[in-house]
Amino acid sequence: MANISTLNTAAAGFDAVSDQVATGPRGRKPRRTFSPRNIMLYGTLIVAALYYLLPLYVMVVTSLKGMPEVRMGNIFSPPMEITFEPWVKAWAEACTGLNCDGLSRGFWNSVRILIPSVVVSIAVASVSGYALANWRFKGSELFFSILIIGAFIPYQVMLYPVVIALREIGVYGTLTGLVIVHTIFGMPILTLLFRNYFASLPVELFKAARIDGAGFWQIYFRIMLPMALPIFVVAMILQVTGIWNDFLFGVVFTRPDVYPMTVQLNNIVNSVQGVKEYNVNMAATLLTGAVPLIVYFVSGRLFVRGIAAGAVKG
Amino acid sequence: MTAHAHAKRPNQLFRNLTAKIASIPMILIALGIFLGGSIWTVVYSFTSSRLLPRATFVGFDQFERLWASSRWIISIQNLAIYGILSLIFSMVIGFVLAALMDQKIRFENAFRTIFLYPFALSFIVTGLVWQWILNPEFGIQGIVRSLGWTSFTFDPLYNADIVIYGILIAGLWQGTGLVMCLMLAGLRGIDEDIWKAARVDGIPMWRTYLFIVIPMMRPVFITTLVIIASGIVKVYDLVVAQTSGGPGTASEVPAKYVYDYMFQAQNLGQGFAASTMMLLTVAIIIIPWAYLEFGGKKRG
Repeated sequence: MANISTLNTAAAGFDAVSDQVATGPRGRKPRRTFSPRNIMLYGTLIVAALYYLLPLYVMVVTSLKGMPEVRMGNIFSPPMEITFEPWVKAWAEACTGLNCDGLSRGFWNSVRILIPSVVVSIAVASVSGYALANWRFKGSELFFSILIIGAFIPYQVMLYPVVIALREIGVYGTLTGLVIVHTIFGMPILTLLFRNYFASLPVELFKAARIDGAGFWQIYFRIMLPMALPIFVVAMILQVTGIWNDFLFGVVFTRPDVYPMTVQLNNIVNSVQGVKEYNVNMAATLLTGAVPLIVYFVSGRLFVRGIAAGAVKG
Repeated sequence: MTAHAHAKRPNQLFRNLTAKIASIPMILIALGIFLGGSIWTVVYSFTSSRLLPRATFVGFDQFERLWASSRWIISIQNLAIYGILSLIFSMVIGFVLAALMDQKIRFENAFRTIFLYPFALSFIVTGLVWQWILNPEFGIQGIVRSLGWTSFTFDPLYNADIVIYGILIAGLWQGTGLVMCLMLAGLRGIDEDIWKAARVDGIPMWRTYLFIVIPMMRPVFITTLVIIASGIVKVYDLVVAQTSGGPGTASEVPAKYVYDYMFQAQNLGQGFAASTMMLLTVAIIIIPWAYLEFGGKKRG
């Protein structure tokens, strides 16, 4: 039995090869699309894909139903009557505590956190990565090693010292404080990303610029920066999804009026007061997930590259 | 690469001065926050700090109290169950999916996009969606019951005994796509000739995977293991969103213990002690790996 299946797979393999090379008899060999192997293979993949898609489907379907329908029907059935009211309510009217201006507040807070955090963290990390790749000095590798090991330390260990530091400089609880925190904790992975990229560029480029008398910043701005655009995009994807999805830093380092979207979402959905409006909750959840999802679907392969690098962070 | 650094050294301190100045943020973060902050927390875990950090040292008191607390014990047990199962399942599922994806299939990109999209979502979103799907009244349990099987029970989020498995389902949904991607990259790195040789020798496919490919992918497995494991220790948002630690304290995790004691119960000493234990756990995972990965390279 095993031997037969081996022969089948071997034959399939050879088919694929001969298709590509196109030696021997011309034209496509008649292949069975519905071979048992293919049915198993695609069957498993499709079942798995359905499992992964299910929650997204449930979110969308629930958010388009009215509350009476949610209470009656099951969560998988498509809406009988499509309504966008839950979306409007989630965006503009949902309550957290005393504020009833919806998730839009959290959304704009997140935007106000996101933009400076992404810009500052990438700026700082790209310069550090460049210095590490091209301008090593005594101890620079040691600092870098500490930085990378630091990426594995649970954030909980460093939370309180950072709270104290932020309080000392008077930005604890503000958006500025949170931007500083995101810059600090984005450093390890971003520096690693940029260092590896700059180190992979031909060193002659750097040497030639040095001989022509270019200094640290001149080489950075005129040679390295223009060449590093792809890695900047990868870093941006990494930071936008990471910062947008952050919950812990948001809840520790900001006050309720400047809570980022994830924190506000959690407060809306898990609030114990009032009647649970599941459709509004799902609309709110989708709204919060929309930004990273859009980034993901638009960026495609670059996202994969980002997480492959980001994976080191853990 | 650094030939220019070795050529001549007139003045150590002022060499590459601009580069040093530009590296100040990195140095400050590495030394001040990562190293300094961790040491600070470990040191203060031996004090009796409550509302504010106080340098009154009390030895191992905080740790004794920590390990005597039933909530901490539950947290550790949950982390162990969640951690071990999530390691096993995400590795197995991730590898199987990657192996399937590696069969020169059609629509590979579409499948990859579908398997990986949950990874782009936050743990909060993940937790809230699965909270809704596992809702006993309207979710899976409700549907199966409405189909006629009225005694069917599946309410992980409301049953203290199995609540951690409810969280596991959500965690796996979010994370296996990443494992699949890492494994697929590993599989693509395997020499095609290995496959041809195995086919010529008539070795069945599953045996080729089990006895040739997987041993060859050891580094990929180890890296993936470290990535997942150090992520598991930090698990926090998922639990907060899905169950808030409930029912009761049945789904508490160490990271939540730290947050609650530091910022809610105003018992800093306990928070510091718990976070020190988390640091210790990560160190146990990381140090052998770092030794193998980097120590080995230097010697070799």
